[in-house]
Amino acid sequence: MNRTANSGATITAVPEHTVEIITNSGEGAQKCAQIFGQTCAKMGNGVWTVEIIPAEIEPPAHTVTSTSGNIIRFGTNKITNWGDQSKLAIAFNEQVCLSRHRLDSFEDGCIILHESMWETHEDENIRAAYAEAMQEMSGKNYRFIPVPIEEETLKIVDNAQHGKNMFALGLLTEIYQRDLALIEKQIAHIFKHKSAKVTEVNIELVKHGIAWARENLGFQFDIASVPAEESRVVMNGNQAAALGAIAAGMEFCAMYPITPATSVSHELAAIFENYGGMVHQAEDEIAAAGVALGASYGGKVALTVTSGPGLALKTEFLALAIMTEIPLVVLDVQRGGPSTGLPTKVEQSDLLAALYAQPGDAPKVVIAPRSIEECFHSMVTARRIAETFRCVVLVLTDANLASGVQQFTRPEFDARWQQNPIDFSPLTDGLRPYDWDTETGLSRRVIPGTPGGQHTVTGLAHDEESRVSYDPESNERGCKMRSRKLAVFQSTLMPPPVYGDEEGDLLVVGWGSTQGAIEEAVDRARNEGKKVSTCQLTFLSPLEPGLKEIFSHFKKVMTVEINYSDTVGDPYITEETRRYGQLAWLLRAHTLVNIDCWTSCPGQPLRPNDIYNSLVAKLETGASK
Amino acid sequence: MSNIAISLLDIEDDASQCLVAEDYQTRVGKWCAGCGDFGALNAIKRLLAKEQLQPEKMAFVSGIGCSSRFPHYVNAYGFHGIHGRALTIATGLKLTRPELDVFVVMGDGDCTSIGAGHWIHATRYNPNLTVLLLDNNIYGLTKNQTSPTTPQGYASNTTPRGSFLPALNPLQATLGVSNASFVAQTADWVPAHLYATLQAAYEHPGFSFVRILQRCPKFTSDVFAEQIKDPDLTELLVHENGVDAPGLDKLFKARREHDPKDIDAARALAQRTDKLRLGMFFRNDSFPVYDEIRAVPPVTVEDKIARLNKEFDRYAV
Repeated sequence: MNRTANSGATITAVPEHTVEIITNSGEGAQKCAQIFGQTCAKMGNGVWTVEIIPAEIEPPAHTVTSTSGNIIRFGTNKITNWGDQSKLAIAFNEQVCLSRHRLDSFEDGCIILHESMWETHEDENIRAAYAEAMQEMSGKNYRFIPVPIEEETLKIVDNAQHGKNMFALGLLTEIYQRDLALIEKQIAHIFKHKSAKVTEVNIELVKHGIAWARENLGFQFDIASVPAEESRVVMNGNQAAALGAIAAGMEFCAMYPITPATSVSHELAAIFENYGGMVHQAEDEIAAAGVALGASYGGKVALTVTSGPGLALKTEFLALAIMTEIPLVVLDVQRGGPSTGLPTKVEQSDLLAALYAQPGDAPKVVIAPRSIEECFHSMVTARRIAETFRCVVLVLTDANLASGVQQFTRPEFDARWQQNPIDFSPLTDGLRPYDWDTETGLSRRVIPGTPGGQHTVTGLAHDEESRVSYDPESNERGCKMRSRKLAVFQSTLMPPPVYGDEEGDLLVVGWGSTQGAIEEAVDRARNEGKKVSTCQLTFLSPLEPGLKEIFSHFKKVMTVEINYSDTVGDPYITEETRRYGQLAWLLRAHTLVNIDCWTSCPGQPLRPNDIYNSLVAKLETGASK
Repeated sequence: MSNIAISLLDIEDDASQCLVAEDYQTRVGKWCAGCGDFGALNAIKRLLAKEQLQPEKMAFVSGIGCSSRFPHYVNAYGFHGIHGRALTIATGLKLTRPELDVFVVMGDGDCTSIGAGHWIHATRYNPNLTVLLLDNNIYGLTKNQTSPTTPQGYASNTTPRGSFLPALNPLQATLGVSNASFVAQTADWVPAHLYATLQAAYEHPGFSFVRILQRCPKFTSDVFAEQIKDPDLTELLVHENGVDAPGLDKLFKARREHDPKDIDAARALAQRTDKLRLGMFFRNDSFPVYDEIRAVPPVTVEDKIARLNKEFDRYAV
């Protein structure tokens, strides 16, 4: 439905839009997007933002590899994922625009506001590159609108490099009728450590962008917002995990820098000491695990944060924690692998390594938060499980959750989360360091300082007194007790909820961060009358109970995952040789149900539309289980 | 003096509370007869008894190897961890439980090979740990493989025609690290010196690194044979701030005045190979100690929740 604004612009009402701000690295796209996203959230829109990050700090500017920026999807209702293609983009040059075009990021008809100076640039090579790029993009029906971004910015500041982003923010403010007072407040907040003049100039740039848009564009979009009834916060998954660790009463984090996990430690390092905590930057990933384990041994539940390559290095220490039954929380922010893989990009390829990387039988708890909100709450859960069951809890998030920004219900902190459960009372004769309850495998945790509790913990096979014992009986008992704890823990879990009907033609099973995109795809299929449901797993080890029963009500079951699996029909690939997606592998082994999978590892979050297509294909052609 | 008098009085008041060296041993060490590890264990027992440390208020952390069995034999909390990583566990423990006395026991393969990275960095962090490097110049538990400190030319199962490279010098390496605060060398065959060195190490506020030269009776029984036979091949570093023990002057005629504050002299002496040198190479108790500079005052649950709520205001929409 269109209306006309006072300025004469046509206003089109839409339920949601996806916007990209794409620039060279270092041109401030993140700040622009951050302020815009925060403003949308404050106005009551659902928001999800995704960062576009180059792997290098300063890649060569004005090339297809230099693209840095943000995607902001916002709408009237709750937004749970980055959606499909973008409807509007602001591009500071045609090369970054081309890189997004090649990734099929823009929808047909996408409005692209792009810097106009390159077309007529004095450098012949730049003009030629511009023409070539525009030619390549001409196949799509984009609506290119040249904007003299730099020229207009220079009317306010001397260095356009530090200003174009705010001019762009002005364009967006006008196009989407954002509340200027909120924008001004955000700018003042972001530049609060700089002089008042900086805030002033940035606001002036925004106003100039607004004026330019009003005069030249002639269109606006109206995305209605419904102010939330409950109090909400907006943050990214790494911030949520860091604050979750504090809310969980954790007081120690040891880490080694690794993308995309490091910013968790930045958040913690800034404020942890106000909560009696500290971040220790260790000399390497192994040491980070060792120092964390030492802190836990002393009576804390320590945290170590890492990503794939770092998780590989910590393997031996995690086995030691499991063997000695010292609680430890590990946050693995998954990126593309194997090896150094895709440092800044999302994948769900660490699942089986999380479960099985340790040589020897090394049971641990593995949790995968499904949303940014769960990144917060998972840390509270993780600490409690680690402590209660004297075990390692590995929390698997990913680059999508880490840098994605979403709002969620503001948590109410519970003093019980902070409780220190350590009991220092002297050990009475006969109470042993591994005094396993043979039914549950649980035992009291005895830490240094407890009178009468002296013993030596060891990674070697041991008995209830923690004495090295290589006899068959002791080893079997140790394995059994460590494993039993997981079964006991599983008995406290509920079966996962099914989204959609509890029976039908197809059940889509996902895990972790893909929940929003999968549910959106399933919604679409269900609106078309397809009998599809979905179920998103949070606990991967132990698995939530009742899966086989849930699966039995569907004709077909398939997983959707961001990882690699073979495609039957590819050279050498048959039903027999085919390697499955990691969750599919796990569920097949666990349930003996013939579960199929659709996986993809493009280095970006899954798009609802691609998931939709995969489940339609499965409904039409896939074999029943 | 008055402190000592008081503690003596306390002991007299309640003699049953007084622990003797044997109270600090849990069971007989399962090392080969003649192993240098026994000497280190005996010296530690004496030290703990002298200091009257409460068994539950101390922890011994080790890695893997013959020497790393050490914690099992001490009446204290112990952590027998994984190969080369004892210093990381000990650092984490000390950071969160600074009131505990934490000792670290490592072998030469443990510390200077697989754990070399942690050794260098723990030296620089300078946490208040008493660190024993039980250096017998060989991998013993895995049966006679060359370690970094194995003398050049020494035949082992992995270098049957002799070790290829000059031995790594742990003193030199440690003294080369910034913020190294205590470096001493002693030997299992000089128990009085060993005990005095551990005493000084225990008293030092910071990372006190003690290399204990010792023999593996199975594989390196002869590495120090000449020095043991002829005491003149050993030079004792002496100083009023160094290490000394009764009778040492009769044993070792070669004595050198060395001020342990002098890092340049310490490095020069550590590098020389003309004689075996025992004593305090370097000690400076004014360097930053990691667990002290990182100490965080505790915060009540109420304050934490109030601060979290304030923090979340920043993210409120």
